Amino acid sequence: MRRLWNLGLQLVVPAVVLLAWGLWSARAQNFFFPPLTDILASFRANWLFARVPSDVVPSLERMLAGYALAVLGGVFLGVLIGSSRPVRWAAGPPLEFLRAIPPPVLIPFAILTFGIGPQFKVFVIAIGCVWPVLLNTIDGVRGIDPTLRETARVYRVSALSRLFWVVLPAASPRIFAGMRNAVALALILMVISELEASTNGIGFFILQSQRSFAIPDMWSGILLLGLLGFAFNAAFVALERRVLRWHRAAQASALETAA
Amino acid sequence: MLVARHLAKAYGSGAVATLAIKDLSFEVGEREFITIVGPSGCGKTTLLKCVSGLLPPTSGEVLLNGRLVTAPPEEMALVFQEYGRSLFPWMRVDQNVRFPLRRKRLARREADRLVSESLAAVGLSEFAHHYPWQLSGGMQQRVAIARALAYQPQILVMDEPFASVDAQTRADLEDLLLSVWQRFAVTILFVTHDIDEAVYLGDRILVLTPRPTVLLEAVEVGLPRPRDQVATKELPEFAQLRAHVYLAIKRPAPATPSK
Repeated sequence: MRRLWNLGLQLVVPAVVLLAWGLWSARAQNFFFPPLTDILASFRANWLFARVPSDVVPSLERMLAGYALAVLGGVFLGVLIGSSRPVRWAAGPPLEFLRAIPPPVLIPFAILTFGIGPQFKVFVIAIGCVWPVLLNTIDGVRGIDPTLRETARVYRVSALSRLFWVVLPAASPRIFAGMRNAVALALILMVISELEASTNGIGFFILQSQRSFAIPDMWSGILLLGLLGFAFNAAFVALERRVLRWHRAAQASALETAA
Repeated sequence: MLVARHLAKAYGSGAVATLAIKDLSFEVGEREFITIVGPSGCGKTTLLKCVSGLLPPTSGEVLLNGRLVTAPPEEMALVFQEYGRSLFPWMRVDQNVRFPLRRKRLARREADRLVSESLAAVGLSEFAHHYPWQLSGGMQQRVAIARALAYQPQILVMDEPFASVDAQTRADLEDLLLSVWQRFAVTILFVTHDIDEAVYLGDRILVLTPRPTVLLEAVEVGLPRPRDQVATKELPEFAQLRAHVYLAIKRPAPATPSK
């Protein structure tokens, strides 16, 4: 009953907001806030599915490529740095500095280095997304219970098995936390990278629409981004729930024993 | 088969070094059940870590089957006190038991047999596909014992394995351990802070002093086997041994105000 009530609330609130927006915008006669129906019409015209191959797919491809590079690089470096105390100490200050650089300021440099092709966008997305993955992996690897490490040593588990069956699973809750933060960053950086030196993509489309005063088109792109972000996050939560089931359950049972 | 000669271990160095073990020498024979007791805070865990090659001793040496122990030897398995932290929560019970066998490169069928035999020996055949966190503390410790048995060690080293389970479970686990000790023909080195447990299980008790730890006395137990939780503990010899060890542990207390 309570669950049903909560679910109802979660559905009703967005519906009410949309309705209010629709009613208000229909009468507002405001050039910058066109009627919701116009936005939905241009959403259908643009994204179902006319511009999917020309804009959505290239955007998502670059985002995915950058994100994948960030995850692979972040986990790889994170395990390396997290496994050794001296390396951790040495790497700390430079990492803190590099992390503090806002990734968009690397766009001019990236264009100089990689040209105006897709590579510079992938680079910017990867650089921006690598930090949450890297820093969480370092923490996750450092925080592995010493008893687990000693168990692996006592049973003479080989380095490779230890990596794949002990270190990575033990650090996976933190790695996933980092990856989830990185998804949101990837979407942001995807859009930002398309505002510069671009010929396609969702961000490019929004900018073009704005410049040609096609305001409903602009809003339709923004709406699409919101929906994409929502979908990515939901998919990620579902994946995490499956992969980290042991983690939630183990924590729950630990709490129970402690109580 | 296991020999410790003038073992010493200090933590830290120079003026701030604390001497955990001052000088320990003992021998463990084939298929012997040795228990080690000492006041809390004496270097029991340190001793086991040195014996198992997890920690290098500051001086002295440990020999297993005539070979110097510098890293965990393959003839040895270790059961930790913190069962909850030594089992891998992302692996099922059978996967936990099988994991140390990876290095041994056994035929699949042979590994299957070892896993199911050792799970049967601790009475957990039906729980092979459970996760550790779905089991009670006593059952988790039985999984840890099964894992050690499947590894087919000649010597089983146990660090206060039953210290964090309730009294009834503890008695059951003690009897379980005695039965697998017979069946699997292993040597056992068993650390405990419980004098009853040390007398009940052991062939011989090594009594340690507070740190800096030396061997105070080696007590031959000589109680008849098989032992029984009720009958054995009613024997006058049991009471005498228990009192003897108890007084031995209390005796070397330095001149502090009496309690």
